[in-house]
Amino acid sequence: MTSELDIFVGNTTLIDEDVYRLWLDGYSVGDAVALRVRSGILEQTGATAAVLQSDTMDHYRTFHMLERLLHAPPKLLHQLIYQIPPSRQALLIERYYAFDEAFVREVLGKKLSKGTKKDLDDISTKTGITLKSCRRQFDNFKRVFKVVEEMRGSLVDNVQQHFLLSDRLARDYAAIVFFANNRFETGKKKLQYLSFGDFAFCAELMIQNWTLGAVDSQVDDMDMDLDKEFLQDLKELKVLVADKDLLDLHKSLVCTALRGKLGVFSEMEANFKNLSRGLVNVATKLTHNKDVRDLFVDLVEKFVEPCRSDHWPLSDVRLFLNQYSASVHSLDGFRHQALWDRYMGTLRGCLLRLYHD
Amino acid sequence: MPGKLKVKIVAGRHLPVMDRASDLTDAFVEVKFGNTTFKTDVYPKSLNPQWNSEWFKFEVDDEDLQDEPLQITVLDHDTYSANDAIGKVYIDIDPLLYSEAATVISGWFPIYDTIHGIRGEINVVVKVDLFNDLNRFRQSSCGVKFFCTTSIPKCYRAVIIHGFVEELVVNEDPEYQWIDRIRTPRASNEARQRLISLMSGELQRKIGLKVLEMRGNAVVGYLQCFDLEGESGLVVRAIGTACTLDKLSSPAAFLPACNSPSKEMKESPLVHPPSHGCRSTHNSPIHTATGSRLTQNFSVSVPTLIYTGMGSGSAGKEGGPFKALLRQQTQSALEQREFPFFTLTAFPPGFLVHVGGVVSARSVKLLDRIHNPDEPETRDAWWAEIRQEIKSHAKALGCHAVVGYSESTSICEEVCILSASGTAAVLNPRFLQDGTVEGCLEQRLEENLPAGCGFCHIPYDELNMPFPAHLTYCYNCRKQKVPDVLFTTIDLPTDATVIGKGCLIQARLCRLKKKAQAEANATAISNLLPFMEYEVHTQLMNKLKLKGMNALFGLRIQITVGENMLMGLASATGVYLAALPTPGGIQIAGKTPNDGSYEQHISHMQKKINDTIAKNKELYEINPPEISEEIIGSPIPEPRQRSRLLRSQSESSDEVTELDLSHGKKDAFVLEIDDTDAMEDVHSLLTDVPPPSGFYSCNTEIMPGINNWTSEIQMFTSVRVIRLSSLNLTNHALNKNFNDLCENLLKSLYFKLRSMIPCCLCHVNFTVSLPEDELIQVTVTAVAITFDKNQALQTTKAHVEKSLQRASTDNEELLQFPLELCSDSLPSHPFPPAKATSVDYSSFADRCSSWIELIKLKAQTIRRGSIKTTVTVEKTSPMGEGNFRNRSAAPCANSTVGVVKMTPLSFIPGAKITKYLGIINMFFIRETTSLREEGGVSGFLHAFIAEVFAMVRAHVAALGGNAVVSYIMKQCVFMENPNKNQAQCLINVSGDAVVFARESELEVVSTQQPAANCQPACTGGEVTT
Repeated sequence: MTSELDIFVGNTTLIDEDVYRLWLDGYSVGDAVALRVRSGILEQTGATAAVLQSDTMDHYRTFHMLERLLHAPPKLLHQLIYQIPPSRQALLIERYYAFDEAFVREVLGKKLSKGTKKDLDDISTKTGITLKSCRRQFDNFKRVFKVVEEMRGSLVDNVQQHFLLSDRLARDYAAIVFFANNRFETGKKKLQYLSFGDFAFCAELMIQNWTLGAVDSQVDDMDMDLDKEFLQDLKELKVLVADKDLLDLHKSLVCTALRGKLGVFSEMEANFKNLSRGLVNVATKLTHNKDVRDLFVDLVEKFVEPCRSDHWPLSDVRLFLNQYSASVHSLDGFRHQALWDRYMGTLRGCLLRLYHD
Repeated sequence: MPGKLKVKIVAGRHLPVMDRASDLTDAFVEVKFGNTTFKTDVYPKSLNPQWNSEWFKFEVDDEDLQDEPLQITVLDHDTYSANDAIGKVYIDIDPLLYSEAATVISGWFPIYDTIHGIRGEINVVVKVDLFNDLNRFRQSSCGVKFFCTTSIPKCYRAVIIHGFVEELVVNEDPEYQWIDRIRTPRASNEARQRLISLMSGELQRKIGLKVLEMRGNAVVGYLQCFDLEGESGLVVRAIGTACTLDKLSSPAAFLPACNSPSKEMKESPLVHPPSHGCRSTHNSPIHTATGSRLTQNFSVSVPTLIYTGMGSGSAGKEGGPFKALLRQQTQSALEQREFPFFTLTAFPPGFLVHVGGVVSARSVKLLDRIHNPDEPETRDAWWAEIRQEIKSHAKALGCHAVVGYSESTSICEEVCILSASGTAAVLNPRFLQDGTVEGCLEQRLEENLPAGCGFCHIPYDELNMPFPAHLTYCYNCRKQKVPDVLFTTIDLPTDATVIGKGCLIQARLCRLKKKAQAEANATAISNLLPFMEYEVHTQLMNKLKLKGMNALFGLRIQITVGENMLMGLASATGVYLAALPTPGGIQIAGKTPNDGSYEQHISHMQKKINDTIAKNKELYEINPPEISEEIIGSPIPEPRQRSRLLRSQSESSDEVTELDLSHGKKDAFVLEIDDTDAMEDVHSLLTDVPPPSGFYSCNTEIMPGINNWTSEIQMFTSVRVIRLSSLNLTNHALNKNFNDLCENLLKSLYFKLRSMIPCCLCHVNFTVSLPEDELIQVTVTAVAITFDKNQALQTTKAHVEKSLQRASTDNEELLQFPLELCSDSLPSHPFPPAKATSVDYSSFADRCSSWIELIKLKAQTIRRGSIKTTVTVEKTSPMGEGNFRNRSAAPCANSTVGVVKMTPLSFIPGAKITKYLGIINMFFIRETTSLREEGGVSGFLHAFIAEVFAMVRAHVAALGGNAVVSYIMKQCVFMENPNKNQAQCLINVSGDAVVFARESELEVVSTQQPAANCQPACTGGEVTT
């Protein structure tokens, strides 16, 4: 006796959260059944393995049919075929678009192209996430990217509107899309200590301050691309390190203000010129795409690592950066105060986030 | 020109991409009714076209309005080649033809294609302007309401129940026309869908005419089926009960009754039951009148059951003369009718006087021998014959009517088994004629009918019983005779006194049969049928006893014929009726004496059985009050005779069960184990696993003994097909496979629905088919309803009282009985003075305690009951606190997808049905030539059933409804050809579209009229965009 056909269709579509998770995690029906057995469900319910197998198959089939709709979540809400309570719909969507930290760190900033997709095998092996799950996550990134890339309006809002994600998840996707679009390098060894959350935090600051949308909310692509004019203007900051007098003045202002307040004062004093040069040079180089991509590498190399090697506590870094940015306002010869604030305000936030072990 | 149909095509959405180059579609719509077609403009390059068409107007006869469906086709315009069809929508406009139902159909309909399934949606508005037609010779029957519900629909009152209506129409099946060889599968499927839609319309119109002739205005318990006879044609047939219904206008009239819908509504919409049991079977090949062609005719009639009597033998009692009078009147009322049949399964209080037992008839026919396949005469004659037989069986049981009546067929190649079954009953004539018999008679009658047990009393003459049965005095009123077991096809009457809870009982059986042709085949089947009926009956009886119960309700026996086997599946809900005697145990007798180990084995089995019975009694809370035997007078003529199974001569050689009366004086059912098969049978009795704790199941409307439903419901359909390995095909292996299939299916259901615990699977409806040689398909539709566990503990007493209480309120409100009745009726069932004729103590050895205790108990319940009822009122109101608001207005175009509930029951727990919008009767075909790509057979059928649900919901929503009640999947024919990567499936569903309102809402509705559509809290909630 073999079962040829075995289905269950409810007027309200049954969703089992545990099975959904197994499905999202890319387990085969067989593996999922084994995992469920291990969870002790048979003992709890008195069911047999055959029942579990049939139940799992059924749920997998349902998810498979729903997947098409999950690709365009508004469709899931409008469709008539599956009657699903709104709270369940929200759960289906949110979980489908959720991603693994380990996975996102691998592809963050990479071009969402076929080439990257081919590398998913390696990522799967490296992270221990099933290939199927990697594909889903990758395809989600790509799908969201495609939909929002040429839209006007706030990136987060667009993601939220077209994919009906929670605010938190929509912000994460905005960061992923922003990174993918600007191709920031995140995979270098020295960046490995950074979490996705660190990058997402920086992305949000950069979107708020450095993109076209920061100055004009009526342009296409406004949150995706950095403001080219702004990057061009950043060259003007060069004077802060090129002009020796200005640099000395800047240093003395900072040192005066921080004397006695900083545990690492002497190290700071000794390193000031190097640090300042690093930060300003990062700004002036941003006209080149290559250097934009290396932004985070540069920040870590030029600022985070030197400070870390001198064992600056975070509080000192914060004091220093605050004073460092504020003191520029007292430099009489420097005329690009607004530009400096737009640059340094964001950078300060990023650096503080990036500064940890 | 009595009608104008107006159609407006508003918009489309989610259309499929038809032009690969642009990834877009140039869609337009054809609207067709009868022979007239209109077209919209092409809306270019969009997947969400906004046509906003003018009103297309069709001026048509109302006859056409009833017959024809409105056909909407969405196409993709192509300049250079033929336009491609995207899909179609058929809209049945019947609901617009009667005044109280829907006034407009407006909403999003899934666009359906028989090859691709649902492809987007279309927004349509349909209206009908009807002109009054005074033509007396009209052919239409607009205005007659149809209900699938097999009881008087809520919010209506039955003025008269006229009786049986039936009709049958035949046509050539498009799939078998020569043209089918050259047309595409799509064209063929669409021709079939359209034809069935037309035939259903015609059928409904014709039945409507019959109803008008009878001066009725509605058909209740309408059951329409189609038979795919293959070469000989396609038959659509329907039966129903004609009634004159009155709308209950004032909400006050029904509000009180609705507080406990769970009890109030006990009807089971689908009645497909056949018969059961075989004590007197006769096997009679009959040559039909059709000249030389021989049609095998066979019938099994089974007046097996067990009844309850009013006992004309004891006519000396007070009630006697009145009953006699009543009987005369009823008879005269019914005799005018050709067939005094009623498809109802639940009745207004007082309608059902006595129940005789299940009557059934089957007949085997050869389809290729029909003289005039295109004419309905032959089939009409077949059914008439069967109905005649049913009628005579009923008469033999001293009954003049058959209730819970239904008909079914099973077809395999050219062999067709026609089956009919129902419950023989004595009815109160009051509802059958125009208010003639009012007055004192009625009044007296009511007094004489003790509530809660009257229907159990035997209707036949105890001295002249149609079959041997064991009678005792009713355990409730002590006045009348009752049988020891009662089988019926109806729902448990609301006023019945039940002890403990009920449970689903199934008998399953397979019999191998040689492949044969024509007559030989028909004869082989005819010869097998009585054995199957007999065994099914034995199984039911054993399982019933094993559960410690004494009555079956909603019995439905389905016999399915296949190429090389016959399958029998009987489902029923077992209960313990307080009026009937306690069932005896089951005794096992070995046939080989002098074998020590064997004896030991037997006694081991016996112990297991006894344990099971004890366990079941505990599980189902069956603890009847003990009755002292001294007080009970029981003049039972031949107490021993009752347990003897009589077999007709024809099968007497095949001894399956033998009575051994030496096993004590209890009325034990004795199973004799004389070979391994018998042993296996006993084993299989014990393998039925009870549902996990927190779960109950039944196949009636609601579970006896549970009455505190909460509002969560989940209707589902589950289908399983297994392939038998052809090697080990023995009856025994087959039985085991089939049994496992059903048991596993149930287990899966319990597992899937575990999150709803505590809950009850209601109206569990199994259908078996044999699509191919080695395939068995089982389809189950049921609804899971949650209930409140805490209240669930109060079972019998509260229940009894509630029903008493309600019977009286109902009487006042619905039947307009004189008020004093309710106050009178309770105290006035006098427990009759113990009849001291011949007392048979021995048969009651296991019951004791006095009937005085019973009376005390009753008095208690009565007191408690009144308190209880008020509690219920308070309880129900806060239940769904959410401001649920059903959408009675047309669904607004694109904002929300409203929740539409579906249930096979006639009610929605915790809610009140405020309006019936019309009948939903839909037929779909789905075919695929890319089975693997669609996820194999499971993927294909899963998607199709989901689509069918979606289309039903969309139609209901468009009518302005929010639920389908009495929903039934009448057919699910699945065929596959995996080698060709093809599959096809036909599904036929029906139900009643309704508007319901939460009870909590009804109370506030007057205060907050306009509030917007918001319905959070309660179960489904709405999907907002």
